[in-house]
Amino acid sequence: MLEDLFKVVKFRAENDTRAEKKNKVNIPRDLLFQCPRCGNAMFMDDFVGAAKVCSNCGYHSRLTAKERLDMTIDKGTFVEYDASMTSKNPIDFEGYEQKIAQLQEKTGLRDAILTGECNIRNKHCVIAVMDSHFMMASMGSVVGEKLARAFERATEKRLPIIVFSASGGARMQEGIVSLMQMAKTSAAVARHSDAGLLYITVLTDPTTGGVTASFASLGDIIIAEPKVLIGFAGRRVIEDTIRQRLPDDFQSAEFLLEHGFVDMIVERKNIRRTLSRLIRLHTKEANR
Amino acid sequence: MSTLPASERIEIIHHKDRPTIYDYIPMLFDEFCEMHGDRLYGDDHAIIGGIANFRGIPITVIAQVKGRNLEENKRANFAMPHPEGYRKALRLAKQAEKFKRPVVCFIDTPGAFCGVAAEERGQGEAIARNLLEFSRLKTPIISIVLGEGGSGGALALGVCDELAMLENAVYSVISPRGFASILWKDASREKEAADRLRITAEDLLELGVSDATIEEPAGGAHNNPQQTAENISEYLYGALQKIMKKEVAILLDSRYNKFRKIGQFEEA
Ligand SMILES: [Zn+2]
Repeated sequence: MLEDLFKVVKFRAENDTRAEKKNKVNIPRDLLFQCPRCGNAMFMDDFVGAAKVCSNCGYHSRLTAKERLDMTIDKGTFVEYDASMTSKNPIDFEGYEQKIAQLQEKTGLRDAILTGECNIRNKHCVIAVMDSHFMMASMGSVVGEKLARAFERATEKRLPIIVFSASGGARMQEGIVSLMQMAKTSAAVARHSDAGLLYITVLTDPTTGGVTASFASLGDIIIAEPKVLIGFAGRRVIEDTIRQRLPDDFQSAEFLLEHGFVDMIVERKNIRRTLSRLIRLHTKEANR
Repeated sequence: MSTLPASERIEIIHHKDRPTIYDYIPMLFDEFCEMHGDRLYGDDHAIIGGIANFRGIPITVIAQVKGRNLEENKRANFAMPHPEGYRKALRLAKQAEKFKRPVVCFIDTPGAFCGVAAEERGQGEAIARNLLEFSRLKTPIISIVLGEGGSGGALALGVCDELAMLENAVYSVISPRGFASILWKDASREKEAADRLRITAEDLLELGVSDATIEEPAGGAHNNPQQTAENISEYLYGALQKIMKKEVAILLDSRYNKFRKIGQFEEA
């Protein structure tokens, strides 16, 4: 269920520390990347140079929305939608405004998603990128509204839309209002689809809960990055229910491919080319 | 109408004699013809569906099943559906669309089941698909929360033209216990979370999620199931009369807008 997604993240963090202890090196933390999957340590420069992919196990680590745009779209083509949108506090949850303000300060984002138009190898499209550094990219009013508008504009302008998902699920600080964003975004997907337009989702680490259970699972084409976590329920909740440890690859991209819920797994360095190719194959002239 | 805090309503909906869909079906409908299976994997007993005769109107009924005893509960997996339950619901909804019957969904679940098999068979995809398909289903849809509306597992039967809640029903993105344990790191503050989360019928009316509240007898539905069924029946009949008159295009637009307008944000 949605509620335990945050536990997944916490669980991961615990693994982080364990891995760290094992390979303890006396180098300041921010100069090192420690892989949460295999414990492999990499110098930060090398890690960033490798597009934040673990050199040992191939885990595709989390990017900021800005990093994702930089490596995916044609330079200078991003025109952002709804840049100033920020959340209210629908159920008057104590401390929510302060939390948002702190994260805005820290990340430079207004909320957990960037939307807009861009070119990818000269193919014009609408794009949305979620950023797990902002409250684990949970979906509240802003994420829901910006996505719904992105789909509506893509429908109006008859453009394909690409969504890079990453999320801990619904933003429970917004109560039932956050749950309804699942319905709102899925309905907007339906309208874009009914207009005969292309929707590609790229599932990145982690895509879980209410986001898996709405727009992220609804692409005409579903791509996943290698080794990323994709699932509905939190691993810990399932483990508590069945009282046994789940295999490491449970809810991985590879697990979803095997079970028929993903079209293809694409390495980060090939995503830009794959997207432009798929967009091209959905035009009348496949050679251009 | 009730002025009880959410935490006390939760006690009422967990009362052992709280009527379930099995109690309501014979009181609400002159006939009910159950249909089984999703045609893909199996038949999930956490969701039942079929065609009912409601005051002379053929309707498709889709309902989550709370058991009335341990045996029923085991069979219905304590009302926590697997993907095949949601896919059965979708199949029956599409059938209703074909024969131009209204769909009536009864929501009563702690949430979609969290387990290995559910993940393997695509719990997320199954819920997502229902959200998308119900949003464009060309026939009227009414959803009624009988007791517990647990998160995405409830919403998968909750994309509708009108949502009604029984007076003591709750509908929430997360269980109060989960909320307390994640956001306050203290599951024992469950009651406080329930009262703060805004999950009652009145809260949902105010937040624009629910459209109507169906009255329960004093103390809760279990004190007079027959009266509760009559109240549901009255509401349902009125709502159907109103919604069935609408042209499909108008119906779909207003359904889209019902969800489209939910959200609280500001822009510079
Ligand atoms: Zn690694």
